[in-house]
Amino acid sequence: MLKARTVRKPTNVEEKSSFDEHTFGLEYPHRLNFYDRPPAFDVTLEEFETAALDRLRVLAEIESSAVRGRSWEETKSVTGEHCNKYLPLHSSTAKYIDRDAERRKDILGHFVLRLAFSRSDELRQRFLKAELTLFKVRYDDSDMGEREAFSESRNFNWVKVDDEEKKAIRSQLFSVYSGPKATREALFKQETYLKVRWTRVPDLVSHRKVFLKGGWAYVPSREQSSIIFQEFESHLEQALLLTAKSLPRLDEDTRLDPILTNLSKGFLAGVASGWNDDQTDKDHITADMIDSLSKHFPLCMQHLHFKLTKDRHLPHFGRLQYGLFLKVLGLPIDEAIAFWRRSFSKITDDEFNKKYKYNIRHSYGLEGRKANYSALSCSQILIPSNKDSNWVCPYKHFAHENLSTALAARYQLAGTDLSEVMATVKAGHPHVACTRVFEITHAAQGIKKGEGIGGGESVTHPNQYAAVSIELEKASSGTKTEAMVVD
Amino acid sequence: MDATAMPTFYRRIYPYKSIFLWLNHEHNPTKLFTHREFAFTLPGDVYLRYQSFANAEEFKKQLCSMTPTRFEIGPVYSGRPRDRKTLRPSAFVPVQRELVFDIDMTDYDNIRTCCSGAAICKRCWGFIAAAVKVLDKAIRDQFGYQHLLWVYSGRRGIHLWISDQEAVDLTDDQRKAIVNYLTVVATSKEASKHLNVRSNGALPSLLSNALLDLGTIFDSLILKDQDLFAGEQAWLALLELLPQSMRGTLEAKWSSGEKNSSAKWDDVKGVINGLKSQSPAAFNTALAAMEDIVISYTYPRLDAEVSKHRNHLLKAPFCVHPGTGRVCVPVDPSEVDMFDPAAVPTIGQLLQELDTIREGSSELPQEHHNDWEKTSLKPYVDMLDKHCLRLVEEARHARRGAPGKYLTVLFGRPY
Repeated sequence: MLKARTVRKPTNVEEKSSFDEHTFGLEYPHRLNFYDRPPAFDVTLEEFETAALDRLRVLAEIESSAVRGRSWEETKSVTGEHCNKYLPLHSSTAKYIDRDAERRKDILGHFVLRLAFSRSDELRQRFLKAELTLFKVRYDDSDMGEREAFSESRNFNWVKVDDEEKKAIRSQLFSVYSGPKATREALFKQETYLKVRWTRVPDLVSHRKVFLKGGWAYVPSREQSSIIFQEFESHLEQALLLTAKSLPRLDEDTRLDPILTNLSKGFLAGVASGWNDDQTDKDHITADMIDSLSKHFPLCMQHLHFKLTKDRHLPHFGRLQYGLFLKVLGLPIDEAIAFWRRSFSKITDDEFNKKYKYNIRHSYGLEGRKANYSALSCSQILIPSNKDSNWVCPYKHFAHENLSTALAARYQLAGTDLSEVMATVKAGHPHVACTRVFEITHAAQGIKKGEGIGGGESVTHPNQYAAVSIELEKASSGTKTEAMVVD
Repeated sequence: MDATAMPTFYRRIYPYKSIFLWLNHEHNPTKLFTHREFAFTLPGDVYLRYQSFANAEEFKKQLCSMTPTRFEIGPVYSGRPRDRKTLRPSAFVPVQRELVFDIDMTDYDNIRTCCSGAAICKRCWGFIAAAVKVLDKAIRDQFGYQHLLWVYSGRRGIHLWISDQEAVDLTDDQRKAIVNYLTVVATSKEASKHLNVRSNGALPSLLSNALLDLGTIFDSLILKDQDLFAGEQAWLALLELLPQSMRGTLEAKWSSGEKNSSAKWDDVKGVINGLKSQSPAAFNTALAAMEDIVISYTYPRLDAEVSKHRNHLLKAPFCVHPGTGRVCVPVDPSEVDMFDPAAVPTIGQLLQELDTIREGSSELPQEHHNDWEKTSLKPYVDMLDKHCLRLVEEARHARRGAPGKYLTVLFGRPY
């Protein structure tokens, strides 16, 4: 058993232990949560890990929604589905469900990931963004009563605008309503306004949705979610910084560190639900196998492979993108050196050792700062963190004619399939196009349209594409051999 | 310019103390000054970034020894800029910076008739003056900031530095928000000519409040002074902005004869008034179009990129503009109409003034540190000093009053 953290017992548990209609007799009276209090209950290591993994699945899907440019409605429905699957959280009025247990898991998962993701600035930013979206989705899902109860439960530091003041600036507030005069009157009369410093609602200010006077923003109650979201964001941002500062003390617990490290690694690689680039249980491949395996590669890697074979050379970013992909695919360092040496057939041993060997070893974490680099995920390829990075996603970076030639050459795509993929590309959805290509090229193994790389998931990582493709081939050849035996 | 001019300028004229106090908000050096980036442009276009100084004396010493042709002021970082290389990247990030705005005459090129490009005359200053008045009022009234310093950029633009504590602390996102709020006229070439700022047909309060001022400016600046719609191309552009139904009548009136802009604008008003009785809906649309025209010709045109990020560098006040030799002096927004860019002292003029003093006085030529007092730069330095006084006063107040409940309500940070 493990005590997640010793903190003083939340006071309101004692105060509100008897049933009252606002809390529904719950230990955690609100479905929405700002995560002010760390979990103060005992959990097993397994619970610790599952709660975090399940939440990570949801957050990863949110990230991939953002990368794929899904609309808010789409993001909401996809996230909602994932939440129901991994992280159900029912409203306080729900019956026959252990709402407190759900909420405990929600809180536990959040705090475990907070520990895992406070270690670097990049992780903090991404975690913050994903958590904010999750909060927004849940807020959107909640009914009015629940929202009100929640906003009453916290001090958001807003000032209610009294009738006198409302009247005084009536003409300024009035202009945002539309429709006939009578309806506008009625709407205005009903509306209550909250006053906050403008800096707390930058998005409303940016779109001129609020009236400003002396630095105060007059926020109509229907926009108050903006204040709540902003508060959630700045609150969590502060909390993450605090956690980051206290992290060194935590490292003493050897049981937690590996779990936390794995969690943050998985998130960094942009791994969506379930896919894991942990190579320990994977078959190693050899330099000779790469050529025959290349039919399983997504177009980016096929392109790099083709280019390497043709030019007997790849530029720096190409080497890195392809090299890391091969590493994660299971190519050990000595095989990698053999592979690259053989591929760069135009240069001498001496030049190879001088110019390239170090970089290959570096990417395996054997030189320099000895970092174990993970392969680039689609999001890292599409949105490089450094603008000088020159990663290639054919669906995004190729000219349309070249892409369509490449698709025909590498995957023998033609006719309606080809035009469908090209249409998706032109609409600016490289992920969707890549996923569709996977579906088309694996139709023989029974992959249908919309199924993606399994369970409707889209491609989010070149290695995931290749791994699933290889799995599928194994599975289908497996059934074939079995069938033969039966024969 | 003679080679000894810059060293003399920095040694004898540049008002270090005032600039120090303006950036620092109090007399003892704080992070606002010591962690501040200065960037020097040295002769031969050598650009030297990440300079920082412990105090005003060091600041002066460095300027005198390096004599940059100009220098810029950047953000306050979480570490000393000159120690940058010894800090972890995460320990060296911009944290504070005055909120700055830049208005440049180039953005007005398509609507000024008197000059173009780098040239500027007293008449085009009218555009800048109009922008200053409108923006100054909007920021004071709507955002509640009080410590606004307008600085002439030395040639054809003006900078605004806002030093209120809240403004200095703004994040980049908040800066983007205020810029988006204040940006009405898109200055890029691809942007549509039509304004698109109305929601449900109504102007945002930002504009409905400013409309009266903009109308006056339109009348005196666009119609009378610039006589913008005299040329055929210009009045055709004006027609584009009016409802289709009105264009025919007006084109017929204007294509023959030489009407001045005021007369043409009267024609527009006449046609619109005619609509009043015929069709109230068309009248309202036309009226809105007319308001939009006034706004798009007179509303301040901001160089948005300058304001959006804390780590943008902006030329320091009292620098010498390398092209014109004029000093970047503060401008009083209430008297911006009287401001004449051609009357701003140049470095040559200032040095000459120093020489005359020396000749006139019987004392031995002595090096004084605040020699600007004896030159025509004095009123401008006095203006900055007065500005600093208010800043120092407020900083003192903030330190004395404990950041208790009031600030919590103000900034919503209960921690």
